[in-house]
Amino acid sequence: MRLFVSEGAPGSLPVLAAAGRARGRAELLISTVGPEDCVVPFLTRPKVPVLQLDSGNYLFSTSAICRYFFLLSGWEQDDLTNQWLEWEATELQPALSAALYYLVVQGKKGDDVLGSVRRALTHIDHSLRRQNCPFLAGETESLADIVLWGALYPLLQDPAYLPEELSALHSWFQTLSTQEPCQRAAETVLKQQGVLALRPYLQKQPQPSPPEGRAVTNEPEEEELATLSEEEIAMAVTAWEKGLESLPPLRPQQNPVYSRLRQWNTLYLCGTDEYGTATETKAMEEGLTPQEICDKYHIIHADIYRWFNISFDVFGRTTTPQQTKITQDIFQRLLARGFVLQDTVEQLRCERCARFLADRFVEGVCPFCGFEEARGDQCDKCGKLINAVELKKPQCKVCRSCPVVKSSQHLFLDLPKLEKRLEEWLGKTLPGSDWTPNARFIIRSWLRDGLKPRCITRDLKWGTPVPLEGFEDKVFYVWFDATIGYLSITANYTDQWEKWWKNPEQVDLYQFMAKDNVPFHGLVFPCSALGAEDNYTLVSHLIATEYLNYEDGKFSKSRGVGVFGDMAQDTGIPADIWRFYLLYIRPEGQDSAFSWTDMLLKNNSELLNNLGNFINRAGMFVSKFFGGYVPEMVLTPDDQRLLAHVTLELRRYHQLLEKVRIRDALRSILTISRHGNQYIQVNEPWKRIKGSEADRQRAGTVTGLAVNIAALLSVMLQPYMPTVSATIQAQLQLPPPACSILLTNFLCTLPAGHQIGTVSPLFQKLENDQIESLRQRFGGGQLEETLDLKAKMSPKPAVAETGTTAAPQQIQALMDEVTKQGNIVRELKAQKADKNQVAAEVAKLLDLKKQLAVAEGKPPEVPKGKKKK
Amino acid sequence: MAAAAELSLLEKSLGLSKGNKYSAQGERQIPVLQTNNGPSLTGLTTIAAHLVKQANKEYLLGSTAEEKAIVQQWLEYRVTRVDGHSSKNDIHTLLKDLNSYLEDKVYLTGYNFTLADILLYYGLHRFIVDLTVQEKEKYLNVSRWFCHIQHYPGIRQHLSSVVFIKNRLYTNSH
Repeated sequence: MRLFVSEGAPGSLPVLAAAGRARGRAELLISTVGPEDCVVPFLTRPKVPVLQLDSGNYLFSTSAICRYFFLLSGWEQDDLTNQWLEWEATELQPALSAALYYLVVQGKKGDDVLGSVRRALTHIDHSLRRQNCPFLAGETESLADIVLWGALYPLLQDPAYLPEELSALHSWFQTLSTQEPCQRAAETVLKQQGVLALRPYLQKQPQPSPPEGRAVTNEPEEEELATLSEEEIAMAVTAWEKGLESLPPLRPQQNPVYSRLRQWNTLYLCGTDEYGTATETKAMEEGLTPQEICDKYHIIHADIYRWFNISFDVFGRTTTPQQTKITQDIFQRLLARGFVLQDTVEQLRCERCARFLADRFVEGVCPFCGFEEARGDQCDKCGKLINAVELKKPQCKVCRSCPVVKSSQHLFLDLPKLEKRLEEWLGKTLPGSDWTPNARFIIRSWLRDGLKPRCITRDLKWGTPVPLEGFEDKVFYVWFDATIGYLSITANYTDQWEKWWKNPEQVDLYQFMAKDNVPFHGLVFPCSALGAEDNYTLVSHLIATEYLNYEDGKFSKSRGVGVFGDMAQDTGIPADIWRFYLLYIRPEGQDSAFSWTDMLLKNNSELLNNLGNFINRAGMFVSKFFGGYVPEMVLTPDDQRLLAHVTLELRRYHQLLEKVRIRDALRSILTISRHGNQYIQVNEPWKRIKGSEADRQRAGTVTGLAVNIAALLSVMLQPYMPTVSATIQAQLQLPPPACSILLTNFLCTLPAGHQIGTVSPLFQKLENDQIESLRQRFGGGQLEETLDLKAKMSPKPAVAETGTTAAPQQIQALMDEVTKQGNIVRELKAQKADKNQVAAEVAKLLDLKKQLAVAEGKPPEVPKGKKKK
Repeated sequence: MAAAAELSLLEKSLGLSKGNKYSAQGERQIPVLQTNNGPSLTGLTTIAAHLVKQANKEYLLGSTAEEKAIVQQWLEYRVTRVDGHSSKNDIHTLLKDLNSYLEDKVYLTGYNFTLADILLYYGLHRFIVDLTVQEKEKYLNVSRWFCHIQHYPGIRQHLSSVVFIKNRLYTNSH
C-alpha cells in the first residue's frame, strides 16, 4: 500500500503516528505530493493524506486510515472509539481547522484563535475527568487518542493554546506527545517549526467556515455579549449607586501612565545611550565632536517624545558624571570579586589614524560569502557575524588604508562564573511574572548554549573610561554601561535614586524594548548587578515586542522607506492618532505591519464612527436636550445590564493592562463605546425627548448613562490618547479627581445636575488622497525594489534549516504578485498571444515563484508531482 | 429527516423490534441514545454501528480490515459532507465525486452491502428526490446505486420511491 502525504498537511500527524501499528503486516510506501495534487481519481478537491490500498481502493479520510492501521494490528472496533471519531470529524475538525487557519494563514492569535476551539477542548477535558482514565477510551492508548492527538498537536504544542485550567487535557496531551511514534510524527510534519510548518499547505486551502452557531471573528462589531449573572448585574448596580470601589489589588504596575491612573508610585524614565562606535562614526561623518553629536541628537529625540506626548518623568542621557561614577563602581566591585578576566585580543589597527579599529570602523570582503562591503562585525549580505580580523582586504573606513593585526589587552566579564547566580535569580523571577514569551525564549536559548566570557572594553575614546592601570586609552563597551544608564539617569533626577535601584523588595522594575535588546537587559546587566553584590533592583518584568514592519516590507532608513519618529509630525496627523494606531498594531506576540490604508480605516471606523461618534452624541444630547445639565437617571433592568457589561469590560481592561497587554486593552475601550452606541441606537433618546413625560424621563436616563460612560472612556483613554482624553474631560467638565484616577468599578462621576461644557467633534476623517500622498512620500510603493533586494540577498536553502523565513507580509505580498502574474500568463495563453511574449511572462512568473519559495524558507525547486521517499 | 427518525428507520430495517428512544443534543440535534448497560452514545453513525451489533449483523460493518475502514470512511463522509450545510454547488460536487467513485462498484465497499450504503441512501434521499431527469442521467452511477438500494428489502420503508428512467434521454449529456 502507498501513503500519499503533503508538506505541512496536518492530517499526516495522526496517520504517521498510527502507521507503526501496521508495521510487519503490510508494506507501506510513502510518497510526498503537492498540496494541490489530486491523488484520489474520483475526488474533485485535492485531499491528503490518502492511503492507496493494494486492492486499488483509496482511503481518503484521516481517521479511516488510522483505523485501518489499527485494524491491521488486530484491534477491534468499539462504540466509544466510534463516538470519539465521529465527534472528531463533526465537531472538533471544523473548529480546529478554523483555528489553525486564523493562526497560521491570517496570523491571528490569542482568543481569536482559541475562541473557536475552546468548547471542544473543554469537552475533551471533561470527558477525561469524568471517566477518570488516562486515555480517551480506557486504560491504554488507542485509536481515538492517536486521531485526536494528531488533530490537536499543531495547535496545542504551543503552550499558549493549551489552557492551563484544562489539566486533564494537559496531562493526556503531554503523555501522548512524549511517546515515540507521536514524537517522530511531530518531528516529520512540523520540522521543529511549530505550527508555521503547516502554512504552505493551509494557505492553499479554502478558508474554513467558522464552526456553526458562533461566528468567530476579529471584528468586535459582531462580538457576542457576554452572558451576565444576576450577581454581576447587582454588583455593578450597587457600585454605581453607592459609589463603592473595591480595594485596589496590591500589585504595582508598569505601564507608567496606567500606573499613575491607579495611583501607584511610579517612576517613568528613558534616555539616549550616547557612547560607542556608532556615535564616533556619525560625528566623523558630520564633522562634529562626539559630544556635539550627542547634544544635537538628544534634543531631537527628546522633541520627538515630547511631540508624541510621552510623559517620562525624566528623559536623560548616558554622557554624565553620574554614569561614570556608577559604572566604575559596579566595575570595581566586579573586579574585586573576581568576575573580570583579562585577555589579549587580536585586533585591526590603522597605523595612519593611530588607533584600533573597532566594530564598524573597518570594511572588507566577507570571508563567508565574498560580499565586498562587509562590516567589521557583521556581513550585510549573508548576515553572518564576522570577527574583524577575518575580513579579507580590510580597509580603515576613515582613511581607506589597510590596517594591520595587532594584539590589544581587553577585559572580559566572566559570565560562566555568574551563570549559576543568574539561573537562581531567573528561577525566582520568571514564574508568575509578566516576561513576554519571546524574552523568556531568548534568555533560555542563551543559557542553553552556555554563557561565554564577554568583552566589556573597547579601543575607543568615546565612552566611560576604564579605571584600571594599563587601560587608560580604552573605554567600556557600550553594552556594558548602556543599561547602567537607567541608574545614572535616575541619579541625575533624584539623589534618592538608590531607593529605586537598590530596593528589589519594594520596587517592581518593568523594562520595555524590542526583542533584539533582550540579552543585554535580561542577561548581561543582571549578571553585572548580581556579581557586584550591591542589592540592585533587577528587572521583574521584561516586556519585549516583536518587530513592526512597514507596509509590505521592512523599515529602511537608508532607502527612505518608512516613517520615522521625526517625520510623523510632518504628516499632519495628530500625535494621538499615531499613538492610537501604533498601539492598535503593537507587535505583541508576533510581528505586525504598519499600513497606511489600515490606519485610515481604523481612524475612520474605530475613532470617528465608533468612539468619537459615541462620546460626541452623549455630550450633544446633554447640551441640546437638557440645557447642558446631566439629567436624572432612573435605571431600568436594561440599563443595569449595560452597567454590568461596561463594568465587565472595565475589569478586562484592568486585567489586560496589569499583564501589559497594551494592544488588547485598547480593544476593551472600543468595545465599551460600541456598547454605548448600540444603547443609544436602541433607545432613541432624540425621539423620546419629544414624547410623553415617561418618554422624556427615559431619554434623560439614557443620556445620563451615556455621558457617564463617555466620562469613563475619557479616563481609560488617557494612556493611549492623552490629548483626546483631556479634550473630552474639558468638554464634559469632569471634576478633577475623577480625571486622573481609574477605579475598578464604573461609578457615576457626572451626577444629575452636573453642568458640562461645550461639546465638539473629537476626530477628523482621514481622506484617501491624503493617505495616498503620504504613502508615496514615505516610499511604501517601492515594493518591487524591496523584493528584488530581498531575493538577491537571500541565502541559499540553508535558510530552510535555520528556520529563517521572511516576514508574513512579505510572503503575502509575493503571493499576491504570483497570483497577479499567473493571471497575466493565463490571459495571454487564452488569447493565444505571441509565443515569445508568453514565454517572457512565464519566466517572470517562475522567477516570482522562486522568490516566494526562498521567502518561505523552502528550497526553490518544489517537486512537482509524486516523489518517492 | 431528523436523526432520531432515521435511526428508527434503521432499527426497523435491521429487524430490531424494540424501538429505542432518542434525545437530541445541541443546535445540530445530534442524536443521543441512553443504553441500558453503560454510558449514553452520541452521534448518528456511532449509534447506527451500535444498533448493527445489537441486531447481530456485524457483517454490515464490513468483514475485512479494509472493508471495515471503508465503511467507516463513508459513514464519516455521510455526517461531514452530506449533512454539512451543503450549498447547491457542494451537493453537485459531491454527486459528481460519488458518481465517479461508483463507476466500477455495486455497493460502496465494492461487492458487499453495508451500513454505509444504508446511511448514505438515507442521507442523500432528500437531494435525489429533487434531481431533474437530466441530472439523474448525468449522475448515472449514483442513480443506479440509489435505485438499487431503495429496492433492497426493508430499507426504503415509508420514504418516497424515486423514479429513474431506464432509457437515456440526453444522449450527448456530459
